[in-house]
Amino acid sequence: MALATTIQRYLSKISEGIGQLFVNFFDLIFGSLQKLIGLKAMPYVFVLPNLLIFGIFILFPMLLNFRYAFTGGTSFFPDQREWVGLANFKQLLTCGNFLDPNSCREDLFWRALFNTGGYVVFQVGLMVVVSLITALVLNRKIRARGFFRSVYFYPVLLSPIVVALIWKWILQENGLFNGILTSFGLDKIPFLVNAQWAQFWVIIISVWAFMGFYTLILLAGLQSIPANLYEAASIDGADEWKSFWNVTLPLLMPQMVVVLVLALIRAVQIFDIVFAFTGGGPGTATLYLVQYIYSKGFASPSKQFGLAAAASLIMAGILIVLTVIQQIIRKEEE
Amino acid sequence: MKKLLLILVLIFAVVLTACGPKNTPAPAVDEPAPVEEPVVEEPATEVPQPTEAPVAEELEVMEPVELRFSYYADGNEADVMQGLVDKFMAANPNITVVLDVVPYQTIDEQLPIQVETGEGPDLARITNFGAFRGKLLDLRPYLEDADYFEANFPAPVLAAMRSEGDTTALSGFPDALTITGPYVNKTLFDQAGIEIPGEGTTWQEWTDITKQVAEATGVQYAISVDRTGHRFAGPAMSMGATLIDENGNFTVDTPGFRAYAELINSWHEDGITPTEVWLVGDSLNSCIDFFKSGDLVMCMSGSWQINGLVNDVGDAFDWVVVPNPTGDGGSTGVAGGSAVVAFADSEHPAEVAKLMEFLIQPENFSEFSANTLSLPAQKEVASNGVAFKTDQQAVLDALSVFTNEVPKLQDQAVALNVHPYAFAYYRNSANRIGQYLTGELTLDETMQRLQQDIDDAIAEANQ
Repeated sequence: MALATTIQRYLSKISEGIGQLFVNFFDLIFGSLQKLIGLKAMPYVFVLPNLLIFGIFILFPMLLNFRYAFTGGTSFFPDQREWVGLANFKQLLTCGNFLDPNSCREDLFWRALFNTGGYVVFQVGLMVVVSLITALVLNRKIRARGFFRSVYFYPVLLSPIVVALIWKWILQENGLFNGILTSFGLDKIPFLVNAQWAQFWVIIISVWAFMGFYTLILLAGLQSIPANLYEAASIDGADEWKSFWNVTLPLLMPQMVVVLVLALIRAVQIFDIVFAFTGGGPGTATLYLVQYIYSKGFASPSKQFGLAAAASLIMAGILIVLTVIQQIIRKEEE
Repeated sequence: MKKLLLILVLIFAVVLTACGPKNTPAPAVDEPAPVEEPVVEEPATEVPQPTEAPVAEELEVMEPVELRFSYYADGNEADVMQGLVDKFMAANPNITVVLDVVPYQTIDEQLPIQVETGEGPDLARITNFGAFRGKLLDLRPYLEDADYFEANFPAPVLAAMRSEGDTTALSGFPDALTITGPYVNKTLFDQAGIEIPGEGTTWQEWTDITKQVAEATGVQYAISVDRTGHRFAGPAMSMGATLIDENGNFTVDTPGFRAYAELINSWHEDGITPTEVWLVGDSLNSCIDFFKSGDLVMCMSGSWQINGLVNDVGDAFDWVVVPNPTGDGGSTGVAGGSAVVAFADSEHPAEVAKLMEFLIQPENFSEFSANTLSLPAQKEVASNGVAFKTDQQAVLDALSVFTNEVPKLQDQAVALNVHPYAFAYYRNSANRIGQYLTGELTLDETMQRLQQDIDDAIAEANQ
């Protein structure tokens, strides 16, 4: 026992010594550096590693994207690409009638744009409502609450490709769902080859896959609402519905805005699940913007990098506009 | 304490600098390399200098060399190729060949970018020759017998690997010839009591007959074709389509092309074809999976499927390959195939050439064809005949039918796959016809859009 205590004490001293050594080591380096460059410059030193990663892997490719958007050809190296000015944007934006993709020079871009718009409206709307309802239910004192919280969060942990393949096996013509229907003597439903069904299931699956994440944010918001506010509302004669409208919803609004912004950005960027699930079909019914960009830039045998880069800049513009609108709404709410 | 830390920092700094010299001796160790490099590189860029190549080889033999070989497989090709590569390595202990088996999509989408950026492998198995034009290595200066190499492979395929204006370069070899053609479930025909029609049957007649078989046997689907412009082309040409004009330009809007598109549309309207082949997504969907599961009477695919059918169908049912149906344009399949090519950025051209020359030797090429049940593209092997490794008469019959299809090939059916922009036509036609089948586009719009897609791709590539 005494030996164990002694060993423990020594180990503790050693680890303390090593820790101190590290502290002193960095103190020496950063102390010297501070003397050299001054206190005001020090924050930049600490930010530098992250800034480098951001600059190399995000900012630089973003700037490079501008170069690609204004150049043509299939060459990969920017310096070997021919300057074409606004030709790529012109090709994307030339339309006889902007509401009719068939009248546009680059009809697939417009189909993708309209599909994305429709998807964003329905998917984000459904996502916010379903996440809110789930969060409200999981916030109540129900049996096996922890279990249900895990169940709803579980799909978030799955790879989007896995999610897509699972659902594809369920919904394809000879899949599980149709197997059940035919076993009851019912006709098969063409879930993947009918445009409306395919669009419907893409929304349902993406909501199923991501709602756990948004539910968690809203649940945290619900738990931060003080219980005495509900007690006060109850004393004032408010029923559950009135409490929800007058207490829960206003106090949950910051989290709701966060959920809305995140869901919106994610919806505009939808790609992996749909690509593995329907491949953008039937026809182009579930072709969304990112898949269009991917197809033009990488999957297309002709590698139209310029057109893909121009389309991605337009998409970035849409995202910026959406974010600005969100910020304005948020400020007004505050 | 600070002094102690300073000493520690100094030790740390010394250790860090010590890591440097570990690398710095490298030039000393690798000293011959810089001397060898120019010797090896020179013949690649200049006119062949037969006296220099052996010198480079002699020097290179001393150095251990690693070759990266990107390879995709439809069936057991990777296993067979690994066996050949092992044999090569046993004979050449200084050369290590790493066979990187990747999905076809990687070869199709990522390899061109890797090669363009100089990060590609030394050699690869490819199908899209146009994507690598100007990026391939001219093996001629490094080959021991370039004449044998050139004489034993189809000239149009070797030409398809060359840069524009180049008439002599040898950059690779086709490892198999493929030809498109229809597979038929013989068991279903037997059960329906209907005789399988022979040569001269039209596509419309096949549609009616397979429909009768499906109805008689209660099978889900009658007829289908792989979702790609490659498999679409043969039937369209048989119906009179002229896909490539005399100037080598794509001309999709022809009556034959329209007729076959309309026929496929009628299959969808009648519900006799698996809709998930053509209507789902931007990918190469094959009808062969429906055929293998016994849900489809006839699947228009190609000779490369034989191996998969042997393994996956087994004795579940009998299947046969039938001659390509006929029409106003005659009867033709479409030639195709993969090729093993070397890349210009390879640092070991001599070793790559050595491997290539090993693989094209009759005994090795024959082993590949025999085990993968593929039609040999090597002339000597083809003329000697291949002892295909199978005890199934159906496989031998299928190979025989495909072989008989070769003389029937139209010129444009041979020219299509080696056309530099063939793949722009393949993928875009599948997607545009898919839109037509879903009703997003009319047939007129489909023709117009498809032509525009191909023209845009060509214009972009020529910018």
